[in-house]
Amino acid sequence: MKEAPASLWSVMAATLKKDIRLEWRSKDALNSMLFFSLLVVVIFSFSFDPLAEESRRIVGGLVWVAFLFAAVVALNQTWARELRNQVLDAYRVSPAPANALFLAKILGNFIFVIVLEALMTPLFVIFYNLHVLGPVWQLLPIALLGTWALVVNGTFFAAMSLRTRNRELMLPLLLFPISIPAVLGMVAGTTAVLTGDNPAHFYIVLLLTYDVVFTTAYLGLFETILHAE
Amino acid sequence: MNPIKFLFAAYIATWIIHGTYLGTLVRRFGRLKKDLDELSKNHKPGN
Amino acid sequence: MKRGFLICSVLTGLLLVYASYQALAVAPTERTMGDVQRIFYYHVPSAWTAFLLFFINFVASIQYLARTKPSAQIAAKWIFIAIGVAGAVASFLPPVQQQLTSFGMRPSALATTAIMLPVFYLLLGRWFPGEKLDILAVTCAEVGVVFCTVVLVTGPLWARPVWGIWWAPGDIRLTSTLVLWLIYVSYLLLRRFSNSAQTQMLAAALAVSGALDVPLVYFSIWFFRTQHPQPVIGGNGSIDPRMLHILLLNWLAFLCFASLVCWSRFRLEVLKREVEEAYAMESLGDPVTAGPSMPLKRSAP
Repeated sequence: MKEAPASLWSVMAATLKKDIRLEWRSKDALNSMLFFSLLVVVIFSFSFDPLAEESRRIVGGLVWVAFLFAAVVALNQTWARELRNQVLDAYRVSPAPANALFLAKILGNFIFVIVLEALMTPLFVIFYNLHVLGPVWQLLPIALLGTWALVVNGTFFAAMSLRTRNRELMLPLLLFPISIPAVLGMVAGTTAVLTGDNPAHFYIVLLLTYDVVFTTAYLGLFETILHAE
Repeated sequence: MNPIKFLFAAYIATWIIHGTYLGTLVRRFGRLKKDLDELSKNHKPGN
Repeated sequence: MKRGFLICSVLTGLLLVYASYQALAVAPTERTMGDVQRIFYYHVPSAWTAFLLFFINFVASIQYLARTKPSAQIAAKWIFIAIGVAGAVASFLPPVQQQLTSFGMRPSALATTAIMLPVFYLLLGRWFPGEKLDILAVTCAEVGVVFCTVVLVTGPLWARPVWGIWWAPGDIRLTSTLVLWLIYVSYLLLRRFSNSAQTQMLAAALAVSGALDVPLVYFSIWFFRTQHPQPVIGGNGSIDPRMLHILLLNWLAFLCFASLVCWSRFRLEVLKREVEEAYAMESLGDPVTAGPSMPLKRSAP
């Protein structure tokens, strides 16, 4: 059963548009993600000495922890919506290619998390008095590649944990161990750029490799996951 | 002498970990044997 | 068969006692670290055993995933054969040979390991057909986690008196082992909490993802430590041949022990599935076919 490329793209685009429209109307996930990140920013600002140079070393880790947990909020409801109205069953029965649904979900989550990061970054700069010492432009590939790594793993494992007894707990449990190389790349890369001590090139390459390997692997494995009852 | 305490702690910890796991295996075996006995008892009068 | 198991257990027990005695009393004391270094005779064999068990789980998971699609089966078989042949040939190429000698390894050793991979893959498929592959996978995962826990406990206990710290996040081996442990604990949790009829396929997919992750973990930490120098826990480099001898003896003892534990766990899983199927048949209300003597093939106990 060979899927024509046109059909893959059109199904993917349709699903993506639907998800974005639904989210735009309710803004459920976006609001919870924003609120959660804001909470983390404010709480940790108490442990910072705003004039200290050392703060710069820790901020990289903090920022990504905040985004990681916020992303889990979004990922948890990714598939839940489909389950509610038996949309997922309808999809399994239809001749539409499974990967179209998978890619659409990844892209949807990717957009949500990137929007979150864009909104939160000014707040981080303000609350932690951030002054970037390294090449600022490098933060963009780190953010894009790192977010893709989180979202691709998260969407895959969210699908896997759909049929588990404690779905919301299962997702972070499955997600975090496998994401460790990517998280290390994101955190160390961000710290390298903020402090200007080290070049971040290797971390960008690491994130790129990670994204390519896992996106390919999951595209191969997703059909198995989708058809799990 | 203090470093030697770590040596013994490591060896003892190893066997505690293995022992605990073997204990759970024995317990699970016992439970399954009990289930099997119950199942065979349920079918003796039935047959 | 039970008597055979008992004899093996006694022999393994004796071997373990002998190996531990050698490690504690006979092995030469290390110059810089002192007697604490003897933890190494438990720490390293446990690590090798854990990695071997996780590797078996990985191969079994791939085969299990490929079972449903004949095309995937053939592809997986040929990929393993290709890796074996390529590895065997590459180990005799000059640049690779140079690298190997710097590690103190002979090219023939690498070639043999490479050839063993497809042989192992094919034998595993033959000895553990069908569902047995999945039972093997869960067995190796569980026992692997136990041995990995031993590694993670003995590691810091060794590090603290010698290097003054319990943990160094940039230590490649310990951190990679931790990530591997986390991945397989999440694998076991998925198996326990999943309600799906396809739990086994999901778990196999997770195992494959985990295996892909491991080299990435290794390289990410490797680069991290070039920028942030950290102490190398466990030391590296050449080893006294007398120590090597005792190390290998301990590894043999732990391998025998691991085999017995896996054997038991395997039997437990077979029994568990039989009981589950018996219960399922009973709930269908069929008194004739229900019961402990199921048509399921019993593996050698």
